[in-house]
Formats: sequence, C-alpha cells, structure tokens
Amino acid sequence: MRWSSRPYSAGGFFFLVLFGIFTFIFLSFLYLESAEEKKISIYSSVANYTLSVTERNGQDYVGLFEILEPLGTANIKTDGLHWKLRYKTVAAEFTAGESRARVQGRNLDLPASFLLDNGRGLVPLACLSTLLPRFLATPVAFHETSRRLFIGNVAVHFTAQINKTNPPTLVMNFSSPVNPMIATEPGKLRMVFRQEPLVPPGSRTLTFDSAVMPSASFDESNGAAEIAVTGSAPLLASFSNDGRTITIAPAPNQAQAPVRTSNPPSTPAASPPPAQSASTAPAPAVERPVPYFAVVDASHGGEERGAALTDQLAEKDVTLALARRLRQELDAKGLNTLVLRDGDLTLSLDQRASLTNSVHPKIYISVHAASLGTGVRLYTALLPQGGGDRGPFLDWDTAQAGFRFASQSAEASLSAEFGNRQVPVRTLIAPLRPLNNIAAPAVAIEIAPPAGGISQLDSAAYQQLVAEAVAAGVAAARDKLGAVR
Amino acid sequence: MIPRHLLIGVAAMFAVVLGMSVYVWRMRGRVEQVEAPVVDTRTVAPPVSGPSEQVTLYVAYDEPGVLRAQTARIALPSGRQERAQELLRALLGMYLDKSSSHQLGPGAEIRDVYLVDPGLAVIDANAAFADTHRSGVLVEELTVASLVQTLAVNIPGITRVKILVDGKQREALAGHADLTGFYDVSAVNELASQMR
Repeated sequence: MRWSSRPYSAGGFFFLVLFGIFTFIFLSFLYLESAEEKKISIYSSVANYTLSVTERNGQDYVGLFEILEPLGTANIKTDGLHWKLRYKTVAAEFTAGESRARVQGRNLDLPASFLLDNGRGLVPLACLSTLLPRFLATPVAFHETSRRLFIGNVAVHFTAQINKTNPPTLVMNFSSPVNPMIATEPGKLRMVFRQEPLVPPGSRTLTFDSAVMPSASFDESNGAAEIAVTGSAPLLASFSNDGRTITIAPAPNQAQAPVRTSNPPSTPAASPPPAQSASTAPAPAVERPVPYFAVVDASHGGEERGAALTDQLAEKDVTLALARRLRQELDAKGLNTLVLRDGDLTLSLDQRASLTNSVHPKIYISVHAASLGTGVRLYTALLPQGGGDRGPFLDWDTAQAGFRFASQSAEASLSAEFGNRQVPVRTLIAPLRPLNNIAAPAVAIEIAPPAGGISQLDSAAYQQLVAEAVAAGVAAARDKLGAVR
Repeated sequence: MIPRHLLIGVAAMFAVVLGMSVYVWRMRGRVEQVEAPVVDTRTVAPPVSGPSEQVTLYVAYDEPGVLRAQTARIALPSGRQERAQELLRALLGMYLDKSSSHQLGPGAEIRDVYLVDPGLAVIDANAAFADTHRSGVLVEELTVASLVQTLAVNIPGITRVKILVDGKQREALAGHADLTGFYDVSAVNELASQMR
C-alpha cells in the first residue's frame, strides 16, 4: 500500500478535524477520570474520618490540625510564618517553607517543607508515620500507597465462606458492623469501605468452590478498601447481624431481567415453599430461588436518624422494629418477605429502589413514623414530571407510573384492614422517594402515635396491631397483586 | 529637698491613676463577658409598593393535617415574579407566627422566586427553611403543597415548580418530601384536594 501524494480533499480535511476533536474529548475524559480527588482515611478508636489531600510541588500534603482535632483537644496559633500547635499536652512548632519542626522540644526533619495555606498547617503525608506517634503516644500504621492511616490497634477483620445451598450464598462475617457502598456491574459486585478500618485477609485473592461466585479480591486505594466479588450472574448483597454479616447471593429471577416483564412467571409467589414429603412430586432438576412477595423497607437508618420522635426515640428505630414485625406477620401468611434494612445501616434512596427492583416483588412497603397526629397514614406516589420511558427501560423518576392503580388498590386493602381494627387511617399521595422509583405496586405507611400518646409509638402491642393490619391487607390483595405485570 | 506637700500630692495622684487603671481593667473584662447581640442575618425586603389585592393562600393546619384556602389582602407589586415572591413571603409570614397552625423554624425565608418560561417556577428558600423544618411525611408535604398550590392558584400559567434550598438542589425537605424533582402542579392540586 502506498501513501498518496494527492493533497487532502475537503472531506478528508473535515474527517481529520473531527478525529482531532474526538481525540481531544477522549483525552479530556481520561484526564478527568484520573483527576479524582485524593483522600486520606484515618481510623482510630475515637473516630473514623476522611480528609482531602492537597498536592503541592509534586508532594501530597494534609492538614495536621484536621487530623488531630477529632482525636482530642487541639488548638493552633499562627504568628507570621510560625505555626504553633498544641494537642493535649504536646506542643509543636512549624515554620512555613522549612522542613525542620520542633515537637515537644525535639527536632524532627520532615521529608518536605511545611506549608501554610490560609492558616492551615500542611504536612507531607510521608511524615505521618513518624510525626503522629509523637503527639499520640500510640503506634501508627500508615498504608501510604492507599492513604489509609491506622491509629492504635484498630482493625476490622473478615472471613468469607461459600454455602453450597441452592442458590449458593457467600457469607462474609466482619469483626465489627460495616456499612460499605455497594455497586454492581456485569460480573462483579463491589463493596467499598471508607469508614471502616478493614484489613486484608491472609491472601488478597480468595477463591471459592462455586461456579456462580468463583472468587473475591481485596484491594485498597485512595483512602478506601474494596472487596470485589466476581459472579457469573447478577449478585445481590443483604445485611444481617446488625451489619456484621453480608450475604451475597444471585439476584432472584435475574433471568427475567427487563423491568416491564419483571414479575416471575413461576408458581404463584404467594405460595409458601413446597414442603418435601414422600407424596410430593420430586423437585425439578433446576430449582429457582423462592421469589420475594413483599419487600419491606425500614426507612432511614445509620447516620440518618429520620424524625426525632422524642428525646430518646428516633424514627429509624421505630421503623426497623415495625419492619421486622411486619416480615414476621407476612411470612406467617406464606408471603415471603425481604426486609431491606435489617440493621442500623445507611442505605441511599437509590440503593433501596435498585435493590427492590432487582428482586421484582409483588408489593413494596416503606415504613415511616411521625409524632404528628394519630393513627396511620398510607401514601402512594405523587409522581414528579419525568422524562418518559425508552423502549423496555422505564424512566427512573416515574418508574411507578405503570403500577399506580395496583398501588392504590393495595392501599385500599390496607386501609380497610385498619378500619376493621378501629385504627384511624388516612390515604394520601406523597412526594416521597423512593416510591416513584419502584417498578412494582408500592405503598408507604407512616405510623403516628395511638390515642395513648407518643410513648405508645414503639410499644409492642401497638406495633403488632399495625403489623397485623398491614399483613392482612396485603394477604387480602394477594390475588390482585399476583396478577400485576 | 522636695517639699512635703508635693510628695503627698504625687502619691495621691499615683493612687488615683492606679485606682482608675484597676477600674478600667475590670470594666473591660465585663464588656467581654457580655454576649454579642444576636444579629438577624435575614435580608430585608424593600417595602412593597402597589395596591393591596385579594389573594388565596393555601394554609396548612397540622392538627387535622389539612390544607385550607384562605383569602387575604396583601400589597402586591405589578411584576409577575415580584408578585410570586410577595405571595410566598406573606404565606411564610403566617407560618413564622408563634400561634401559627403550621409553624416553621425561626429564620425560614423565601429568598427568591424565579418564573421561567414555559410554566416553570423556581422557589429558592434559605437554609433555615429546610434545616429547621420538622421531619415527617405529612408535615413536610403540607409545606410543599401549601407553597406550590398558593403559587399556582395566584400566578396563572405555572405548570411545574422546583424548590431549591440556598440556591442548590437538596434531596428532601427534612428527610421525607422529595426536592429533587419538578412538582407537577396538577398532581399537587390532586394532593391539595385530598388534604381538604
């Protein structure tokens, strides 16, 4: 092949310009991707926190006062170029632009100059493992490449074990409660631990004797640890044991992926799992996981307390207790139920909606509590203006639109059961996420105090009454809900 | 030799100076102890000029949990956007009253209302409006419905409303009422009719 010496045609020139533009955009994206903000995570017995890292003259710096302040009494004084820090009884002096510092009367050489930035004293990251023990009088372990700083003997260990049930589950037990950010992608489930001092197991790669989940790997970078579980099917994580256990399993009915045809065409979901006996037919060769009929979502949780119902009573605690009671009642009626937040965990609204939509329940019930008024209020979604569906994909903001009548029908059934039990009930629409993101019939319950007052809100008797009414309402609507597509 | 009366005079003056120094020192300490007066950081809207008009405010009542249409006479400027701001400020003025049926936290304020064609109204509330709001599905949706419905009924042509807090989007008002989306006026009208 020979290059032509012919000058470029207009089309060729246009192509070159376009190519240049695309290359520039691509490189810009690459740059932006790599320009993720640098962070350092600090773990101690007092607090776990994350700080931003500043890059100066090719060195990574962090504010020393910001590191020490959450750990104990610290104060600073700036005098021209001199920056004096006192942490508890330890006094230190730094000079901007100089790499020699004095801590408790002794000199210390920093690997790079100390910097002053609007009164903030910045020290190079590389000196933390030598500098901090002088203030803290405790061993400090700094994972410099991943920017994770362990003060004292803090660590969260974990074990992972595969249970060869059908479907198989991967059970991960942690030595302390954890609350990772969970993301799924084809062939992988990633759990990112930023606030937990998670340390690697003996080997950073774990292999399991399972075709569905063959391996998991531990990695740490940018102030966070990550466990990635590989899977041959979409995976779903659930929490239990107050956040100390994460169970990973294939998402039920993942084969029927499109959202519109989300309802599993298997046996009526309301039926309890068939009991094995001599007279029953043998199990099919390939068993399907039992689908969830209901998803109960205990609202709020973790750092998000919800409404302060009294000085001692937070909404998140009332909703969790009620959600557990509701699962018990629904399970007792043969309606297999998943509680989304089965512990004091932080779950975002998007996570709640994604998890719910991935298990394709027949009904989603969100539980709330309030101090205003009495009785129970039932809500269906007030839909915002959405962007419209595209082919088989539902618009995220208005995914509930196609299920509105089924939701109202379920709401009416619940309302009737509350009426039967003489519990004051009111039905409304509400701009309450994630109701509008749920691709299934969805109802929210807000329990208000009974006539006895706010102190009765978390009483076992009142919550049992509410749980029984809801379970009865769902059971009464079982056939209608089962027919929803 | 220094005369005796001069010595006594100088000593007396020293004593006076010393006494005044102690007095000034103590007074300074006392001034530092006095708390700085609380500064009201709310912006002061210019006085509204224009004839007073009869408007319909949708007022929230916590106890029955309802929204009631109430007529009021308020001075409204001629500009459409300014009218929208005054309407909501009048509504919030009611909620800030100690005897209000639906009390908002101190300092809650509507910073601005922007009318963007076609049919979009953007309400920008201050941080105190959301930060001090009581948490709960009903109590939050009463506030949202009251604002949106009041605006939609009195300013013709508004079909959707967006609520910002301090110029930024916020996930929820106080943990429940969604503020990420655009409120469809017809949907809020349906809610308002349920709340009557």
